[in-house]
Amino acid sequence: MTGTSTQPFMEHFAALKADLPGRARPWLSDLREAGMRAFGSHGLPTTRSESWKYTNLRPLEKIAFRAAGRNTVSIDRLPSLLPAGAAEHRLVFVNGSYRSDLSSLGTLPDGVELVSLAMLLEHDPDRLAPYLEPNGHGPEQSLLALNTAMMSDGVLLSVPRGVTVRGPIELIFIGAALDQPLAYHPRNLILMGPDSQAVVVEHHVTLGDGPATLANTTTQVRLAEGALLHHYKMQAEGTEAFHLATAEVELDRDAHYDAFGMSLGARLSRNEVSVRLNGEGATCHLNGAYMMRGRQHCDNTTVIEHLVPKTSCKEVFKGVLDDKARAVFQGRIVVHPDAQHSDGHQLSKVMLLSDQAEIDAKPELEIYADDVKCSHGATAGDLDHDALFYLRSRGLPEARARSLLIEAFLTEAVEAIAAEDLCPAFLASIADWLKTE
Amino acid sequence: MLEIKNLHVTVEGKEIVKGLDLIIVPGEVHAIMGPNGSGKSTLAYVMTGREGYEVTEGEVLYEGRDLLAMAPEERAAEGVFLAFQYPVEIPGVANTTFLKEAANAIRRHRGEPELDAMQFLKLMRRKVKELGIADDMLKRAVNVGFSGGEKKRNEMLQMAVLEPRLAVLDETDSGLDIDALKTVADGVNALRSPERSMLIITHYQRLLNYIVPDRVHVLAHGRIQRSGGKELAQELEQKGYAEFAPEAA
Repeated sequence: MTGTSTQPFMEHFAALKADLPGRARPWLSDLREAGMRAFGSHGLPTTRSESWKYTNLRPLEKIAFRAAGRNTVSIDRLPSLLPAGAAEHRLVFVNGSYRSDLSSLGTLPDGVELVSLAMLLEHDPDRLAPYLEPNGHGPEQSLLALNTAMMSDGVLLSVPRGVTVRGPIELIFIGAALDQPLAYHPRNLILMGPDSQAVVVEHHVTLGDGPATLANTTTQVRLAEGALLHHYKMQAEGTEAFHLATAEVELDRDAHYDAFGMSLGARLSRNEVSVRLNGEGATCHLNGAYMMRGRQHCDNTTVIEHLVPKTSCKEVFKGVLDDKARAVFQGRIVVHPDAQHSDGHQLSKVMLLSDQAEIDAKPELEIYADDVKCSHGATAGDLDHDALFYLRSRGLPEARARSLLIEAFLTEAVEAIAAEDLCPAFLASIADWLKTE
Repeated sequence: MLEIKNLHVTVEGKEIVKGLDLIIVPGEVHAIMGPNGSGKSTLAYVMTGREGYEVTEGEVLYEGRDLLAMAPEERAAEGVFLAFQYPVEIPGVANTTFLKEAANAIRRHRGEPELDAMQFLKLMRRKVKELGIADDMLKRAVNVGFSGGEKKRNEMLQMAVLEPRLAVLDETDSGLDIDALKTVADGVNALRSPERSMLIITHYQRLLNYIVPDRVHVLAHGRIQRSGGKELAQELEQKGYAEFAPEAA
C-alpha cells in the first residue's frame, strides 16, 4: 500500500524524465528507471522500518508537491555564514538548480573542479558512473532511490592529488516555493584526491515560511589516501520545510573526515550520514548540534563502519528542545572483525526545556573485534537548576541566565569545528535562536 | 538593614526554621553559629530566594522592603549577596563573562552606565590583585575544576566586584586551609564599611579569629538560642553546642 506516498513522485518522474540531464545515455536512463522502480515498490520509508521508527514521513502525503525546475526566482540578499568578503568560492542553488547569476566560483588551484552537476550529467556523465550507483535498493534507501531517479543538479567538487583549496567553499541552497509546494532532489559529489584538502560549508535556507518545500538531498563523499575534508552544514530552513539529507562517506587510508552539522530549521529534518572507514588510519569526527521548538522534528541518524584496523571515530551530538519539539538520535558504530585497534566514541546530550519535548536516543555499538576501544553515552535533562539559581543570585535576570546556560551547553559542541574561523557564525546562530525565544 | 521577624521555613514538608528573629543594622558584622542541621544554610537560601524553601510564617525586611517578595536577581541587584557553601560549576561559561554579565546586570538595575570591555578589564585586574587570585581563574569556566580554596576565593572575587550592601557568607570557611581562610577573611575585611552589613554563617569559631564580629548568635532547632558579643564564639569553641542539644520531648 504505497500508492498514495509514491504517486506524486512517479508523476513527476513520468513528466520530467525526457528532460532530465543525461537522458541520451542509456545506462543513466536505466539507472534512473531502476531507482524509480525501487522507490515505487518500497514507497517512502515508514515507521515500520527499524531506522525510521521514530521519524514519520506521513505528513508528506498530505502535501501536493510539484517538481521544481529551473527558475529565475529573484534573491535579494544571499544568506552567508562567512564574514563579508570571505566567501571566495560560492555556489548558489535555488530549488535545487544551480544559479550561475548568483554564484561566484573565484580562482581555484589548477585541476580543481567546482561545477554544477547538471552540466556534467548532460555532457560528460560517464565519468560519474562509479559514484551514482546507490549502495542498496532496500526499503530503507528508498529516498536515495528516488534521488537517483530524479537527480538533476547539485555540486561536483573534485580536488586532485596534493592540492589544498584555500578558503572555504560555500554552498548555499535556497528553497523558494512562492505559490505552491515544491520538491527537488539535489545530488552532490565531493571527490578528494590523495593528500588533498578542502573546507566545504553548506547553508540551507528557505525564503520565508511560504508553501512547503521538500529537499531530498544525497551527498556522496570520497576521500582518497591522506585526504582531509572539513564539511560543515547549517540547516536553517523555514518551518514549512522538509529536509531529508543522506550522505555517504568513504575514507581510504589516513584520510580524515571532519563534519559538523547544525540544525535549527525545518518542520521535519533528517540527516542520515553513513561513513565507511576503509583504510587503516582513517579517522572521522562527526558532530552536530540542534535547537528545535514548536512542533519541529529533527532526526540525526549515523552509521559509522570500521572495516579495517586502526580506524577511529568520534561523535558528539548536542541538542536543545523546547515546546513540543522532538528529536531523534540514532548512532550506530560497527566494528568489523578485522578492525582491531579501532577507537569509537559517541555521545548524545540533550537539554529538554519543556515537559512536552521528546528525545528518542538510540546508541548502538556492534563490535565484532576484541581489541578495540569503544564508548557511548546518552543523556537527557533539563536546565541545571543549581546553576540557574547561582547566576540569578548574582543579578542575572532569569531569561538571560537561561540563555547563557543553553548557549554554554551548545557551545561545547560547536567548538568541535576544527576550522576555527567558521565557529563564530555557528555560535551566532545559537544566540539568534535564543533571542527569538 | 535587615530585620527578620518570627521566620518559619519548611523544606519538603519539614519545618527547619521555627520562629527566627534577627536584626542587623548597617555597618555591623553578625555571626550565626550552630550545630549541623540547625537551619543555618536554610536561612541563607531563604534570604537569597532559592526554590524549595517555603516560608510559612513571618517576614524578612531588607532596608524596609519585603525581601521575600523579590526574585533572586532583584535581591542581588538591590545589594544582597550570598557566598555559597558549595559554589556551582558552570561548564562553558567563562568566569570573566559571568562576572561582567553580573556586574552589568546590577549596574543596569541601579540605572548606572554599563562597563565596557576595557573598564571591566581594569576593574578585574585591580580586584584580582587585591585578592591575590591567579589570572587564569578568570579565563576558566566558572568554578569548573577549581579547588575548594579557589572556589571560595572566586566567591570573594564576585563579592568584591558586585559590592553588596548585605553579604551572607554560608560556611565560607569549610574545607579551607589556613592560607585560603586568610584570603577569604581579607576579602571580607576589605569590604567592611559603615554602610555594609554582613552575616557570617559558620560551624566553627576559627574564621571569627580573622573576621571579628560585632554580634554572635547561636542557632539551634530553628531558633536563635543565645546572642552575645564576640566572646560568645570563644565560649562555644570551648564548650561546644552540647547545651543546645535537643531536649527530650
